[in-house]
Amino acid sequence: MTTRENILNAISSNQPNLVPLPIIYRTEVIKYHDNYIQFKSVLESIGGKVELINNLTMLEENIKVDKVNNIFIINTITAIGEVSVPLDKLTGLELEKLEKVYIKGCLGVAENGAVWISENQMKNRLLPFICQHLILIINKEDIVATMHDAYDKIDVAQNGFGVFIAGPSKTADIEQSLVIGAHGARSATVYVVE
Amino acid sequence: MTAKHAALAEKFIADEPRINWHDETLWFVREKRDKAAHGLPEWEQLREWGSQIKNHTLSNLSNYLKEFEEKAKANGIFVHWAQDGAEHNKIIHQIIQKHKIQKIVKSKSMLTEECHLNEYLQQHNIEVVDTDLGERIVQFRKEPPSHIVLPAIHLKKEDVSETFHQHLGTEKGNNDPQYLTEAARQHLRNKFVESDLAITGVNFAVAETGGFVVCTNEGNADMGAHTAAVHIACMGFEKIIPRAEHLGVFLRLLARSATGQPITTYSSHFQKPRQGQEIHIVIVDNGRSKQLGREDFRNSLKCIRCAACFNTCPVYRRSGGHSYHTAVAGPIGSILNPNLDMKANADLPFASTLCGSCSNVCPVKINIHEQLWKWRQVIIAEGYADASKKIAMTAMAFLFSKPKVYRLAGKMGRTIMQVFPFLTNNKWNVWYKQREMPEPPKESFRDWYLKNGKINKNE
Ligand code: SF4
Repeated sequence: MTTRENILNAISSNQPNLVPLPIIYRTEVIKYHDNYIQFKSVLESIGGKVELINNLTMLEENIKVDKVNNIFIINTITAIGEVSVPLDKLTGLELEKLEKVYIKGCLGVAENGAVWISENQMKNRLLPFICQHLILIINKEDIVATMHDAYDKIDVAQNGFGVFIAGPSKTADIEQSLVIGAHGARSATVYVVE
Repeated sequence: MTAKHAALAEKFIADEPRINWHDETLWFVREKRDKAAHGLPEWEQLREWGSQIKNHTLSNLSNYLKEFEEKAKANGIFVHWAQDGAEHNKIIHQIIQKHKIQKIVKSKSMLTEECHLNEYLQQHNIEVVDTDLGERIVQFRKEPPSHIVLPAIHLKKEDVSETFHQHLGTEKGNNDPQYLTEAARQHLRNKFVESDLAITGVNFAVAETGGFVVCTNEGNADMGAHTAAVHIACMGFEKIIPRAEHLGVFLRLLARSATGQPITTYSSHFQKPRQGQEIHIVIVDNGRSKQLGREDFRNSLKCIRCAACFNTCPVYRRSGGHSYHTAVAGPIGSILNPNLDMKANADLPFASTLCGSCSNVCPVKINIHEQLWKWRQVIIAEGYADASKKIAMTAMAFLFSKPKVYRLAGKMGRTIMQVFPFLTNNKWNVWYKQREMPEPPKESFRDWYLKNGKINKNE
C-alpha cells in the first residue's frame, strides 16, 4: 500500500461517526451603523491610513509628480495613469527597490480593516508585499461588515492567488514592542472613493 | 519517567525579574485577546461554530482530504503524503535535489519544527533560513522557538541585540527594537530575492477549492513564496476545512485569539502556481491518525494553533516554553505530545494546574484541561508516571473512593499542619518551592456545612 492509502485508511477507520455542519445564522453576526467609519477606525488603529476621496484626479497628479522625481513606482490601475506591461514577469531582484505601488482592491471589511485583492488586480503577486509603500483604492459601497459578507462576494478559486491585507507589515517579536515595517510594506494607505 | 518539565522550569524561574516579565507580558496578550473577543457580541457563538465545523470535518476527514487532493491537483499543485517526520523530510529533500536548489527560505511552520526538518537538511549540508523575525532570532542562537506564535518571547531585547551584533554586525548595546527589526529586514530581503525555494506552513486548506491559506503579520511567507521558483507548503492533515465560506469563521477567530488583532496583516490564499512556478503540498500524518482513533483525545486535532491556551496558562507563563522540551509547548502540546511518544512526554500532562482557563479561551472549544486529566490516568495505567506522582495519585484515588477514610485523613492533616507546620513547609515537599503553604483551616468544609448549613436551613 502507498503512504497515501495507509493514511486515508487509518483515517477512515478512526474517524468518528458523521456529525452535521452548523448553520451560520447571519442574523447573529454583528452589523455596523456605518461600515466606512468602522473600517477607517479599525484600520487606523492597526497602523493603516484611510482617506475618503471624491474622484481620482489627486492620485493621477501624485503619480505624475513621482515619475518626474524619478521615484520607482508601479501603477496597476488604468483609471489613474499608464500601466506598464508586462508586470507579471518582474522578479524579486528587479522589484527590490520598488517604492510605491497602486492597486485596486475588490472590497474592504469593516470589522478588521482588511482589503481583498486578487491576482488580476495586483498583476504580479509580489507587488503588494515587496513595495515600501502600498496604496490601495476601493469604492465606498464595496465595504462590507464582516468576513462572512466578504466571502459571499469573492470567489477565492477564480484567480491563482488572492490576499486580505490589513495595514502595513508589522512584528512584535522583540519584547512585544510593535514595529511597523517587518518584511512587507512600511505603510499602507487605502483611498476610499465615494 | 524523569520530572523533566519541573527540572527544566527550575532553570527558567531562577531569574525572577525575567520570569515576572514573561508572566506579565503573556498575560497582557491574553487581555488583548479578551478585548478583541468582547468587541463581537457573537463571540461565543463564533467559537461554537468553529468547534462544530471542526467536529464535522473530523467526522468526514478522509473524504475531505481526497476532495482537497483532487482539486489541488486539478489546479496544477503537486500533492505528497508523508506517514511521519522522516518521510516528510525525505520528500522535501528530493524536491531540493531534483531542482538543484541552493537557497532556501522558510516561514513559520510548527509542523517542520515537529519533523525537525532544519536539522535533517543541515545533516545533508543544506541551509534553511528562517524568515519570521522571532524564528530568525532563535535560529541564530541555536535554540528552538519557545512559543508557537511568539517564538522568541523568552528573550529580552538585550539578548536580541547581542545576537544581532554577533551575526548581523549591529551596533553593540543598541537595544532599540525598531533598529534591530530594520537590520533583520535588510538582511532577510537579500535572502528573499536570492531564494530558489520557499517553504511555508498552512493555516487552512480548503477541500472545496483545493487552495490553502497562510496567515502572517510580517509578510515573510509571501516574500518567499512569490519570489522563489518552487514553493513547498507543509500541513498536518487536520488543517482541512470543508468550504471557503468557513474561512470567514476561522479568520475571525484566529488573530483575535492569538494576539487580539482583528485579523493578521496578510491572509494569503494560494490557489494555483504562478506562471513558471511549482507548488508542492506535503500532507503529514505523524501520529495524527492514531490520535483521531483515541476517543478521549481526538478533539485535540481541532486546534488552529492560536496559542491562546499558552498565554492564559499559569504554568506556561511561569515556566517558559523550553521547559516543555517539544516543538509545540503549552497546554495543547501537553495533549498532543504524549500521543507521539508517551514515555518521553509522560511529564507534560502533569505540567498543569487543571484550572481550565485553556478550555475557556480555546476558539474551537477543545476540552484541553479534561484531556490533560485523562492523559494522567492513561500514563499511570501504562506505568510511565514517576514514583512519587504514582503513589500520590493512587493514594488520592483510594481516599476519594472511601469517604470515611478521606474525612479522617483530612482531620489528621489539618491537625498535623497546625501543630507541625514544618512537616509540609520543608524543602522535600516540592509543592512548597516558590509557594507559601496556606494556614490550614480549623475545620473541614463538611464539618462547617454540617454545623452552619443546618442552622441556615432551620431559619
Ligand atoms: S488548543 Fe485551542 S487555544 Fe490552544 S492553540 Fe489550539 S486552538 Fe488555540
